[in-house]
Amino acid sequence: MAVAKKIVLRFPKRIVDRPIVYRLVKDFDLEFNILKAFFTPEEEGLMVLEIRGRQEDYDKGINYLTKSGIKIQSLSQDVVRNEDRCTHCGACVTICPTGAFVLDPVTKKINFEDDKCIACGQCITACPPRAMELHF
Amino acid sequence: MTRTIGEINEKIKLGKAVVVTAEEIIDLVREKGLQKVAREVDVVTTGTLGPMCSSGAYFNIGHSKPRIKLGGGRVYLNDVPAYTGLAAADLFVGAGALPDDDPRNRVHPGEFNYGGGHVIEELVAGKDISLVATAYGTDCYPRKRLETLINIKDLNEAVLFNIRNAYQNYNVAANLSKRTIYTYLGVLKPNLGNINYATAGQLSPLLNDPYYKTIGIGTKIFLGGGTGYVAWQGTQHSPNAPRTDNGVPSRGAGTLAVIGDLKHMNPRWLVGTSMLGYGCTLTVGIGVPIPILSEEILRYTAVSDSEIMAAVIDYSDAYPNLKPDIVAEVSYAQLRSGRVNIQGKDVPTASLSSYSRALEIAGTLKTWIENGEFLLSEPVAPLPGIESGISCKPLNERPIEE
Repeated sequence: MAVAKKIVLRFPKRIVDRPIVYRLVKDFDLEFNILKAFFTPEEEGLMVLEIRGRQEDYDKGINYLTKSGIKIQSLSQDVVRNEDRCTHCGACVTICPTGAFVLDPVTKKINFEDDKCIACGQCITACPPRAMELHF
Repeated sequence: MTRTIGEINEKIKLGKAVVVTAEEIIDLVREKGLQKVAREVDVVTTGTLGPMCSSGAYFNIGHSKPRIKLGGGRVYLNDVPAYTGLAAADLFVGAGALPDDDPRNRVHPGEFNYGGGHVIEELVAGKDISLVATAYGTDCYPRKRLETLINIKDLNEAVLFNIRNAYQNYNVAANLSKRTIYTYLGVLKPNLGNINYATAGQLSPLLNDPYYKTIGIGTKIFLGGGTGYVAWQGTQHSPNAPRTDNGVPSRGAGTLAVIGDLKHMNPRWLVGTSMLGYGCTLTVGIGVPIPILSEEILRYTAVSDSEIMAAVIDYSDAYPNLKPDIVAEVSYAQLRSGRVNIQGKDVPTASLSSYSRALEIAGTLKTWIENGEFLLSEPVAPLPGIESGISCKPLNERPIEE
């Protein structure tokens, strides 16, 4: 069975300078697409990946990453809308590069389709009532 | 067909008033015609919720023992400076006030996470606010320093007093430059990457009463989840702005100054707001009932988004440099469709005004009136109209000669 999942990888300081991600392709036959990456030598690194491949290979690949000391989180939990603060104005609609905010033509509310979210964080400070929160 | 506000109030008291929202009235008039609907409908309710910077609150904190004269001293509320040029225990906090140590735009774009609008929201939410004051001391007010928590329930008066709200139409912001700009109308991407608009269009109070025939000084309104009144015309009130054939202004025109008891308001309708790279403000919810006194008044309330035009302005040059140029004129129906063709480019649109909350306000006001909880008030004076000759002037800058 084929899978496509978006995950957040956190690299501890000690392995930031080691080539790890390429082995997902080489050893586990997985495709990856880098959605976002922050790396500073001697500090922690963060990478957001979309990984595609067979479920079996995916599981092995994740197992390898975990054993290498990388912390893995599912991406969809990363950017969360605080429903109490959101006024459904719509300022986020044109800010989001993946179109994760969609105006509902019936309710006129803004739906947050978090499966489209790549956790780039652009909505966090662009949201006037600061309803979008980055949860690590 | 004519009726008076007094007659409408008698029907409200009997629970017999027919009330519809400014959205519902559009189809109703299309289906049944002006004449029939004018006989049936007594009140049309409007609503809007958006960032309104010229908002603020004043309050009286009560006298400390020994007394302190805050007037002429310095006062901070959760580190946000309040205005103290008043008597001993009175304060005013404006929505745009920022803590002295806020980095502002030193690293551009600044985030502006907390300011006067947020103080007002937290106060209304019933949270304790820290007050730190310094004063110079007098014989009758000897104290020079005060540090205390204050809470809205303990204040003698807490009053929302917004000197410019509910703009009758507004600019649509675009960015023709090659870099992203950060404005009070949101983040604007380069090369016409997006355009942002900021009124509730067909639901907005003054767009439903374009000549101010029913909304005047003393009109009772929904304000911040409680009730308030129109206190005066708002600053920059400009009835002589260009209008389309239906009488509706196609630029920013009339404005309202509004006042109401903060103690009866709710943070759902007064939201502390941060505009990236611009500053802090307060998102305010306002709803105004329009009494259907005649067919003419009804016709104004039946205006729809396709009949309300707004000007697209370049916020990278024309706006900051006070140039009169406009990029295009578009209707709210086009804006609300999500994409507008401008200069041959398909440009995505975004709103800074919440249409869904505006609907909720118009619906709430409708329920209040239907249940007999909200009577209409007769204005005590009209707002200045076209005949006043008033239009908003630019600053006449003159050198100061020593």
